[in-house]
Amino acid sequence: MHPELHEHGPDEVPHTHPDPGVDPHTPLHPGPRALRIGIGGPVGSGKTALVAALCRALGAELRLAVVTNDIYTTEDADFLLRNGVLPADRIRAVETGCCPHTAIRDDISANLDAVEDLEATLGPLDLVLVESGGDNLTATFSKGLIDQQIFVVDVAGGDKVPRKGGPGVTTADLLVINKTDLAPLVGADLSVMDRDARARRGELPTVFLSLVGDKAATPVADWIRALVAARVPAA
Amino acid sequence: MSLATLLVLADGRLPSGGHAHSGGLEAAVAAGRVREVRDVGGFLRGRLQTTGFVSAAFAASACARTGAFMDLDRGLDARTPSPALRRASRAQGRALVRAGRAMWALPDVGREPHHPVALGVLAAAAGLGPLEAAVAAAHGAVSGPASAAVRLLGLDPYAVHSLLAGLAPEIDRIAADAAARADDPVDALPAAGAPLLDIGAELHATWEVRLFAS
Amino acid sequence: MRAGARIVAEADGRGGTRLAVLRGESPLLLRRTGPRTGGDVTVHLVGGAAGPLRGDDLRLDLEAGPGARLTVRSVAAQLALPGRPGAPASRLEIRAVVAAGATVRWLPEPLIAAAGCDHRAVTRVEVEAGGAVLWRDDLVCGRHDEPSGDVHTDLIIRYAGSTLHRHELAVGPRAPGWSGAAVLGGARAVGSLVLAGPDLPEAALLGGDAALMTLAGPGMLATAVGQDIRQVRAALDPLCVERQRLPAPA
Repeated sequence: MHPELHEHGPDEVPHTHPDPGVDPHTPLHPGPRALRIGIGGPVGSGKTALVAALCRALGAELRLAVVTNDIYTTEDADFLLRNGVLPADRIRAVETGCCPHTAIRDDISANLDAVEDLEATLGPLDLVLVESGGDNLTATFSKGLIDQQIFVVDVAGGDKVPRKGGPGVTTADLLVINKTDLAPLVGADLSVMDRDARARRGELPTVFLSLVGDKAATPVADWIRALVAARVPAA
Repeated sequence: MSLATLLVLADGRLPSGGHAHSGGLEAAVAAGRVREVRDVGGFLRGRLQTTGFVSAAFAASACARTGAFMDLDRGLDARTPSPALRRASRAQGRALVRAGRAMWALPDVGREPHHPVALGVLAAAAGLGPLEAAVAAAHGAVSGPASAAVRLLGLDPYAVHSLLAGLAPEIDRIAADAAARADDPVDALPAAGAPLLDIGAELHATWEVRLFAS
Repeated sequence: MRAGARIVAEADGRGGTRLAVLRGESPLLLRRTGPRTGGDVTVHLVGGAAGPLRGDDLRLDLEAGPGARLTVRSVAAQLALPGRPGAPASRLEIRAVVAAGATVRWLPEPLIAAAGCDHRAVTRVEVEAGGAVLWRDDLVCGRHDEPSGDVHTDLIIRYAGSTLHRHELAVGPRAPGWSGAAVLGGARAVGSLVLAGPDLPEAALLGGDAALMTLAGPGMLATAVGQDIRQVRAALDPLCVERQRLPAPA
C-alpha cells in the first residue's frame, strides 16, 4: 500500500500524504493555508452580525471565506448574502443535524470538508471564518478545525455571563462582549463584566464592541489582522 | 479479529459526519409518515432490509477486495438512482476516509468513495473481516436514523433504542447474508431499493430549511 | 407451466421496422397491433391464461436490431396468483437486447400481487451505445382490500457495457419493513420508468411521491409511489407520452 501515491480529484489542491498515519486535521497541503478562526457564542449574541462586519472590514485586504453552521442550514449564509458582504461562492453552509456543537467540536468532518472545498475552488485564502450555530456557553471549537476562536456574548444576556464562565468564556482566544450600546437599557455594568472576564480569563484578551457605533468591528478586525500578519511573513 | 476494533469502527461517536445525516428520516417526518416510535420501527426495518443490506454487502465486498473499490463504487452508483443520496453517500465516505486515515494505514480508496466502500476498506485496514464490515454497515444504516428520530421528534430515547435492540438479530442475519456474497460479481450483489427513500431524498434536497444534510 | 416468447425487430431499410420473429405460447401470446405505417412497430402481450401462478416459469426475449423501433405493451394487467401450494415461486424472466440506433419501449399494464402469490420478475436489458430504452414497470400490492402477496422484482439495465441501473424491490409478507415509511409507506402501488440513451429530459419532482432522477450514467429513473395505480399513472404516463414524440436517435 502506498498512501503517498494515492490519487485525488482534479479539484483538490495537489498534495501528498507522506505518512499514512498523518493527522488528517493538519493542513493537507504543505504551503501556508488559511488562518481558520471560529466564532461561537449563545443564540442572539451577534455572531452573524460580527461575521458580516468582519467581511466588510477585511474583505478588501484579505482573501477570505465563511463557513456557517446554523441549525437552520442556510439562515446565516442567507443573511450574509442578503447583506451583500460576500459573494455566494465564498460562503458554505454546513448542516448540523440539530447539533451545532457536535459539528464544530466532536465531529468536525463536514466543516473540514467545507473549508477544504472553499480553498480548493477559490484558490489560496488568508482567512476562513467558521461561525458556529447559536448554542450555549459550553460550545467550543475543536482545535482540529480552527486555529483561534472568538466567543461572543452580549450585555443583554446579563452582566453575570462572564462570571458564570463556561469553556467559551474561559478559554476562547478572544472574548467579545457585544452590544455595549444596550448596557444602560438592560442595566448591565460593563466594569463588572470586565472585572469578571479578567478573573476568568487571565491574560487572554477581552474586547467590548458595539456594532451600532463601530460598523467595522475594529477591535476584532485588528486582532485578526495581527494574527494573519504573524502567520504570513512579510515578503 | 478484534471485537474492540469493531466497536471503534461502528461507534456512532466516530467523527465521520454521520450525525448530520438522518438516513431519510427527516424527509419521512416531514411527509407525515413517521410520527411516533412505532413508525420509526417500520422505517428502520425497511431501511435495514434495503439500504442496510446493500450497504452491508458492499462494505463486506470492499473489505474482501479493497483493490476492486472502483468497480464497487460504480456498483453503488447504479444502485443509487437519487443524486441527493449519491452525494450524501460520498460525503459520508469522504468523512469516513478522513477519520480512517487518522486511525489506520489506508490503501487507496479514492477521494470521495461511497460510504459502504469506505467502510469496507477501513475495516480491512483495521484488520477486520467482511462479516465485521457488514455488521458495522448494517448497524450504521439503522442507528443513524434512530438517533435522528430522537433529535427530530423528541421521542423517548429508551423506546427508540429498544427498537435497535430488537433489530439486532436481524442485523446479524443480514450481515451474514451480505458477507456470504462478498465475492460475488458486482452486478450480482444485492440491490434492494426503497422507493420512498429515493423520492424523499430528492424532495429533501430542495428544501430551503433543513436540519440534516440528508 | 413453462412458456417462452420471442420478438426480434429489425430496421426494414425503408425507415420502418419489421418483425423478423414474433413467436409466443400461452400464456405469453403476442400480437402485432397498431398501424402498419410509421417507423415504430407495436406488439401486445395478449395473455392466454390467468397468472402467473406458483410453478410457472416464463421467459420473454426481445431484440431490436440497429435502427429498429419496438414498443411492447400488454392488453391487461398481469395478476400473480398463489397457485398450487408448495410449488416453487412463479417466475417471469425478460431479456432485452437493444442495438445502436434502436429504441425499445416496454410499457406493460401493471403487475398485481394477489394475496398469497409468490412471484419473481427478473429483467435484464442490454443497450448498446446509441440505443435507447424506455422501461416501465408498475406494481400493485394486492387486489382491492386484500393484503399483498410476495413479489420480488430484480432489474438490471446495462448501457454501453456498463451497469446503468440495478434495482430490486420486495413486497409482501416475506419482506420485512416493505410497507414501512422507508420503502412504500403503506402505499399500494409503485411504478418505475427508466429512460436510457440520448435525448434525456431534465430531472424534476413530479408532484406527490414521485421524482424523475438523473442516474450516474446516461439515463434517468422516474419513480412514483401511490395509494393506488392512478396516482402512479398520473406521475409516469406523461413521461411515456413525451418520450414517444421524441425523434429517433441518430
